[in-house]
Amino acid sequence: MAEQTSSIPMTSLQAALPATTKAAAASRPTPAEEVAFDIRGFNLWYGPRQALYDVTIQIPAHKVTAIIGPSGCGKSTCLRALNRMHELTPGTRLTGSLRLFGQDLYSAEIDPTHVRRRVGMVFQKSNPFPTMSIAENVLAGLRLNGVRDRAILNQRLEESLRMAALWDEVKDILGRPGIGLSGGQQQRLCIARALAVQPEVLLMDEPCSALDPLATAKIEELINTLRTSFTVVIVTHNMQQAARVSDRTAFFYLGKLIEYDETRTIFMNPANPQTEAYVSGRFG
Amino acid sequence: MMPLPAMPLPSPAHQAWRRFKNKAMSVVMLACALAVIAPLFLVLYYLIREGASSLDWSFFTQLPKPTGEIGGGMANAIVGTLVLLAMASVIGVPVGVMGGIYLAEYGSDRVNYWIRFSADVLNGVPSIVWGMVVYALLVAPFKTFSAYAGGVALGLMMIPLIMRTTEEVLVLVPQGYREAGLALGIARWRIIVVIVVKTALKGIITGILVALARVAGETAPLLFTALGNNFWVHSLNAPISAVPLQIFAYATSAYEDWHRQAWAGALVLMALILAINLSVRVLSRGRKFE
Repeated sequence: MAEQTSSIPMTSLQAALPATTKAAAASRPTPAEEVAFDIRGFNLWYGPRQALYDVTIQIPAHKVTAIIGPSGCGKSTCLRALNRMHELTPGTRLTGSLRLFGQDLYSAEIDPTHVRRRVGMVFQKSNPFPTMSIAENVLAGLRLNGVRDRAILNQRLEESLRMAALWDEVKDILGRPGIGLSGGQQQRLCIARALAVQPEVLLMDEPCSALDPLATAKIEELINTLRTSFTVVIVTHNMQQAARVSDRTAFFYLGKLIEYDETRTIFMNPANPQTEAYVSGRFG
Repeated sequence: MMPLPAMPLPSPAHQAWRRFKNKAMSVVMLACALAVIAPLFLVLYYLIREGASSLDWSFFTQLPKPTGEIGGGMANAIVGTLVLLAMASVIGVPVGVMGGIYLAEYGSDRVNYWIRFSADVLNGVPSIVWGMVVYALLVAPFKTFSAYAGGVALGLMMIPLIMRTTEEVLVLVPQGYREAGLALGIARWRIIVVIVVKTALKGIITGILVALARVAGETAPLLFTALGNNFWVHSLNAPISAVPLQIFAYATSAYEDWHRQAWAGALVLMALILAINLSVRVLSRGRKFE
């Protein structure tokens, strides 16, 4: 897919267009589209080192948005700022504003724990809790937030495992340790665990980078079905994956948002020469 | 690039000399390794040879006989040691474990540096100093030696030991589990209690057992605190006996029969410590977090 892109010549008009105008135009959603995240003027520092520069982007609801870019470009940093996980790294500082469906997630009276109940996260390395069974893992978020009702727990258990396309594989072994599953199953277990608390958004930080192609295909299939109920933001190294699963793609380079548009446009007809060079495999 | 010339092989005589040096050094190191474990077997051999013959049912069930009478046992000292260890645990385990949790999960680098430093210094404080400090704090003001004072002395010794081992095993729990918990919107203290501590529980228990084994044989801190007692104890606010104290009293006496009992007591104490160390081995087998 990326190979083909480079063979499509860019018109002189497109090349001449300043990238910012195009990116800014794309980050404004069409009127019918609901905005999930409204990110404005993100600057983020790790101690003295600046990792994000003035990132402004609007992420649509019930769509899959991919963030791509070479290592160290700030894509994971940006993702972690969306549920305030970056605050765990000592010495981080952030300016700018972040709204989720209109609500300011960085306002002083908002507890980061509440933000994370609305914005779930799946990590690069699958991390089922080692002391818990499959069922306990899925229900950990509910139980540890005080849900005790057996009926609700049972219902949510099956629902979440079905959504994560894992139910049929584990329904008879729910009491076994979560870490006994295969790598791909563990990652789907982590997705089920994130879905069980019914978040509005699911952030995925390179969820397939440790998986083989078959397990990857299953997760991608799953992401496709998730967009009906959730807003998904996925960071990936794999451009083919971004092209396969996402509706929108944002390209980051050196801490800046270079281009953000419909995935098709980013891969077939990017406005910025840097994006073009990256998606066609010339660097990164 | 020119290929490097082949290294000339050493002469056969030189190769034989090398093989001889290799063998010789291996033997020397094996001998050193054996020298490390030899004392353990020496101690066990002596204890069994001298003590086993005096170990009988009455040793575990009877009180010491008055001076001059043959027979009797250390039942009160064995119970006393268990009571003292229980009291020490009541102080040492919660404070040590919670201190370790603070070091691993909460404290800032600067504060942690000084807490760790203090704990390491405390671990090196001679045990008789603990005995004197507790004497000044709990014995002198209340004008009585007591089980309380003995338990406090041993408990204080356990705190820095448990704190450091708890911290070490908690730090080994991968950060990914904490992040996974936080991403579910779970409060931090709950993640620490239900996920992190539970994951490291075997290691924490191992640390507690090691600390228990360490203080179980302590004599010096008990000399001025628990004092020792030849009878059953009915109050924790009275002097209490302990196996090491009894061994000390008997071994320094002039009677042959008491010497035999001291050996038997040492054997029992050694068996207790070996048992604790063996359970540590069993627990720490397969201690993996992933």
